[in-house]
Amino acid sequence: MSLLELKNVSKIYGSLHALDKVNMKVEEGEWLAIMGPSGSGKSTMMNIIGCMDKPTEGEVLLEGVDIAKENNKNLTTIRRDKIGLIFQQFHLVSYLTALENVMMAQYYHSLPDEKEALEALDRVGLKDRAKHLPSQLSGGEQQRVCVARALINYPKLILADEPTGNLDEANEAIVVDLFRRLHEDGTTLIVVTHDPEVAEVAQRTLVLRDGRIDRETINENFTGKIRFD
Amino acid sequence: MFLRMLKGALFRQWKKMLMIAFTIALGASLATAMLGVMMDVGDKVNQELKAYGANIKVVPKDASIINELYDIEDGESSGSYLREDELGKIKTIFWAFNIVDFTPFVSTEATLPDGSPVKVTGTWFNHHMDLPTGESLDAGIMNLRSWWEIKEGEWIDEQSAAGNDVALVGAQVAEANNLHAGDKIHLTASAGEKDLTIAGVFDAGGDEDDGIFVTLDTAQALAGLDGKIDSIEVSALTTPDNELAEKAARDPKSLTVKQYETWYCTAYVSSICYQIQEVITDSVASAVRQVADSEGEILEKTQLLMVLITILSLVGAALGICNLVTASVMERAGEIGLMKAIGAQNRSVTLMVLAEIVFSAIIGGIAGFFMGMGFAQIIGHTVFGSAISLRPMVVPLVAVLVVIVTIVGSIPAIRLLLKLRPAEVLHGR
Repeated sequence: MSLLELKNVSKIYGSLHALDKVNMKVEEGEWLAIMGPSGSGKSTMMNIIGCMDKPTEGEVLLEGVDIAKENNKNLTTIRRDKIGLIFQQFHLVSYLTALENVMMAQYYHSLPDEKEALEALDRVGLKDRAKHLPSQLSGGEQQRVCVARALINYPKLILADEPTGNLDEANEAIVVDLFRRLHEDGTTLIVVTHDPEVAEVAQRTLVLRDGRIDRETINENFTGKIRFD
Repeated sequence: MFLRMLKGALFRQWKKMLMIAFTIALGASLATAMLGVMMDVGDKVNQELKAYGANIKVVPKDASIINELYDIEDGESSGSYLREDELGKIKTIFWAFNIVDFTPFVSTEATLPDGSPVKVTGTWFNHHMDLPTGESLDAGIMNLRSWWEIKEGEWIDEQSAAGNDVALVGAQVAEANNLHAGDKIHLTASAGEKDLTIAGVFDAGGDEDDGIFVTLDTAQALAGLDGKIDSIEVSALTTPDNELAEKAARDPKSLTVKQYETWYCTAYVSSICYQIQEVITDSVASAVRQVADSEGEILEKTQLLMVLITILSLVGAALGICNLVTASVMERAGEIGLMKAIGAQNRSVTLMVLAEIVFSAIIGGIAGFFMGMGFAQIIGHTVFGSAISLRPMVVPLVAVLVVIVTIVGSIPAIRLLLKLRPAEVLHGR
């Protein structure tokens, strides 16, 4: 059984088909990149997979459960227990420190554990910045806090929406390296990106166009390491 | 973690929270001030209205019947009298504390040395009484006729040595007989004669200007009515009449036991009259209707005005809180969307936002209460010239109102918050 399977998934807004009968599978432990121009349906797909939206038609099976049929409360629970989210705009709570931002995810999941949260920050190289507020961190550091927050509850799937979109090359490399390590640990990664260099690092790339999967490429030389031209 | 997040929200974005606390403080201060004044305005207005004179008149029972039958003018003797030694009992009735002032009257006809007749009225001016309750009281017309203008000299001071040998002469008598403060006058009446010094000349603007006022003892000696009085005027703090009071005023016996108890234990002018009749032998106490009715109406209108202002101020505060909290939720939509995205249920987010607001409300409410106490005193001193005594009831009332206003004011924000979908706020769609 695949970790995630989309069967004939459509999202229709009036006459606009943001997603049009999409079929895809993601295996456990896989690193998948989703690319496509603006308006191709990347974010819509991300929202549906991330339990933040429901398809108009079709089935979305996460560990065999059709999340398209769940109510909002159950979707929140599924998202909390199985999915780690990383956003382009970082989305950290401005009045909480880096450590507290990570602990907040623990709090809504189960019980906050400061030691474990510090370890997560240590994994992303920010243990010494734990007591800093987001405004006192650089963009790259903020995104690494987001990664720490996404992985703190050991999710089955990490969904990253343009995770390097606001980062310079150095920070992009750091974040991609974090993904590689997560992948090595067996975490399933779906990364939505505009950046071909980030997409090339993944095992497989799907290109969306007009709400449909336009093409699929397999990275034969997968290393998980980014190469800048 | 909840407390940690709450602490972060409160102290790291203290300016926003201070703004909410400030709005709540304003609402609470207005509510405190208005409720404080509203609850005390009855006594204050009542005391102000006492300047218009007595609102209860007590006369002998026979005199009352004759007055009604023959429409005899006030002051004309009917031949029946009340007992002076019973006057102190007025301050022993159930509503004794509501009796602000009272004074007896006894009148007689006297003649001046040139043979011209003059009405002489004996009364208290500032009569000192030590009551059985341990209370002491200075009663008399100095307070009950506060509008009299002393044109020359001064009021009679009963507590001075010369208290019984002085007179207060009406402006018309003084003018007709060329009398001035400090002059001596000789009064001859049916039972005796007296030499008195004119303490002052007064202008009452009415019939009283045609007479001379002396102490009760002096008038009783002139009239030969030792220990007797014609009438008593009483100024009492009363509750505006309602249907029950009107029914009781017509006939207390028509009331049921429960109605009687309610009426007797409420400071209606009719129940105070009834209680005075109980302690003064063979007397009839009746309300001076124009004064009692006006007092009741003014009091009711003033209280209604205060209630309306209080409601309006609370509605204003609720709207202010509503705007601020809604703006705050909209401003924090991203953060709230994020909380939901990482697994917070609506209940947790609502609890967090409400906790922040309630905390601000507590700080604002306490600050507002003390500000309101200050406002109430400013109103008291500006309008009534005295302090407002804040009733203990104001504290729980303001607390309940602040909680209600805060929660009601937060409802639109909470509804907005429940509708927020993480995908919409995090992706700006």
